[in-house]
Amino acid sequence: MTIEHLNIDHVSMVFETPAGPFTALENVNLKIDEGEYVSLIGHSGCGKSTVLNVVAGLLKATTGGVVLDGTEVDEPGPERAVVFQHHSLMPWLTAYENVELAVRQVFKGKKSKAEMREWIEYNLKLVHMEHAMDKLPGETSGGMKQRVGIARALSMQPKVLLMDEPFGALDALTRAHMQESLMEIQNELGNTVIMITHDVDEAVLLSDRIVMMTNGPAATIGEILDIKLERPRNRVELADSPEYNHYRAAVLKFLYERHQNPESDRGEDKPAQEESCSEDMSLRVVSNSAAA
Amino acid sequence: MTTETMKIFQWQDYQEAVRSFVLPLVAFVLFLGLWSFSAARLETSLGQVPGPVAVWGQATNLIAEHREERQKEVAFFERQEVRNQEKLAEDPDAKVRIRPYTGKPTFLDQIVTSLLTVFSGFLLATVIAVPLGVLTGLSANVYRAINPIVQIFKPVSPLAWLPLVTIVVSAVYVTDDPLFSKSYLTSAITVTLCCLWPTLINTAVGVSSMDRDLVNVGKVLRLGWFTTVWKIALPSAIPMIFTGLRLSLSIGWMVLIAAEMLAQNPGLGKFVWDEFQNGSSNSLGRIMVAVFTIGFIGFLLDRGMLMLQRRVSWDKDAILR
Repeated sequence: MTIEHLNIDHVSMVFETPAGPFTALENVNLKIDEGEYVSLIGHSGCGKSTVLNVVAGLLKATTGGVVLDGTEVDEPGPERAVVFQHHSLMPWLTAYENVELAVRQVFKGKKSKAEMREWIEYNLKLVHMEHAMDKLPGETSGGMKQRVGIARALSMQPKVLLMDEPFGALDALTRAHMQESLMEIQNELGNTVIMITHDVDEAVLLSDRIVMMTNGPAATIGEILDIKLERPRNRVELADSPEYNHYRAAVLKFLYERHQNPESDRGEDKPAQEESCSEDMSLRVVSNSAAA
Repeated sequence: MTTETMKIFQWQDYQEAVRSFVLPLVAFVLFLGLWSFSAARLETSLGQVPGPVAVWGQATNLIAEHREERQKEVAFFERQEVRNQEKLAEDPDAKVRIRPYTGKPTFLDQIVTSLLTVFSGFLLATVIAVPLGVLTGLSANVYRAINPIVQIFKPVSPLAWLPLVTIVVSAVYVTDDPLFSKSYLTSAITVTLCCLWPTLINTAVGVSSMDRDLVNVGKVLRLGWFTTVWKIALPSAIPMIFTGLRLSLSIGWMVLIAAEMLAQNPGLGKFVWDEFQNGSSNSLGRIMVAVFTIGFIGFLLDRGMLMLQRRVSWDKDAILR
């Protein structure tokens, strides 16, 4: 038996807020194998992004920790590359230069200049951006920007690719294109991926496992669903597949029957903005205690 | 149908062009009219306030004086040259030298002096304000520390700084062979003291409001502190830095005129002051020429900064005006 690739081990996260400590995550346990594609799904504010940020090293777990290939994660690093929801490209650098920034940092002294150029171009080709390498982010569409963001993350040759709602800000059609590209890339590279999503179809289509999270406060993993659909997957064929629809229904049931969106009770459906998570929830803590 | 819409479109274009050209022209003509009307009715100790025509006359006069002065200078050096040749012909070992020309600076010379002085002060301010602003923007503690100082010094008038600067420069800058005149240093430093603040504040705001996601990208890449500043913080702040620089330069130009007046730096400020002291019948007209020149150069400086910003800044969507 080999040691597990990535182990999210009893991670709890407590934020200090003006209204007192707020437990965002409680006891999140997840082991991920190499080459596995795992989606985290749950309602806004359930702490999905917090899990991702802990794995990325951008947040430190209050208790528990993350072990990658036998080493504990204690700071951000390129072996855990992140694709952010809003592309996060430097607006003053072209697509090529954005990837170059990462490649030069990660392969300093390991690749020659020519090799670096080849590697940057290879990664931009993977995401079908070779025609727009010299464009600034402001001159390209949302989908293209996200493609470059993915190319940048891939170019770091990460052990784990972390994606925080990578297609959340894109329109449905572009999103479908991006999912196709991502599956294609995944076929070729076989990366370990953790992806946060709100989109049930996206989760079923792309993942090997779907991790469904309960609502916060003190969110944790509610259920894990193994997706045993054969790859390569085709969205159109799957649309009629009973298996696919079964998985889809299972996720929907979890989200809408067993763990209803806490905000839908109040008749407001806030757009997914995980950053507002902690303050958003601290409000809820206040209102709870006021009710009590 | 299409021709119809095209016609309307052209008509609108035409109207727009007329508006953007005719309206300023009408305003300008009105201004000239109002000016000559009121000037003709204003009698001062130096005679009548000059109208547009008289001021235009003074402007051509000033340029003519400049040409004359230049010719004198050329003639002066030619005379020396001839004299030296004669001397050398008589005695090959004779020591010859060229004496520098010491004619008084013309209006155009004074413009050049003013520009040099303002740029010196502005550059010095930039070199101080941008790095300090970056530090302030990066660290909330640095911000807390220097904010009160900035707030106190920001509103200080150049006229309050000037005596202090003059005395300090006189005390500190003591050399037998001065590279710069004291009046130049005093004026430039006063400009610096007044135009530090907009750049400092805007740079700090630009840096502190940079996208957190970009900072996280830097963290994931494990960029060092210096690289993060150089590759993320500074470029993020470029549009704001330029906003600050433009404000600084226009403040600097305003301050300079006052500083030159009092420091007697041979620039436009001194020109105005000298004409005021001179009190000839031409003085009012010449001062008005200086006023227009100052305004026009200030406008050009601002446009120059704007063009620089368009070239350098990545943020092409920023509203530039």
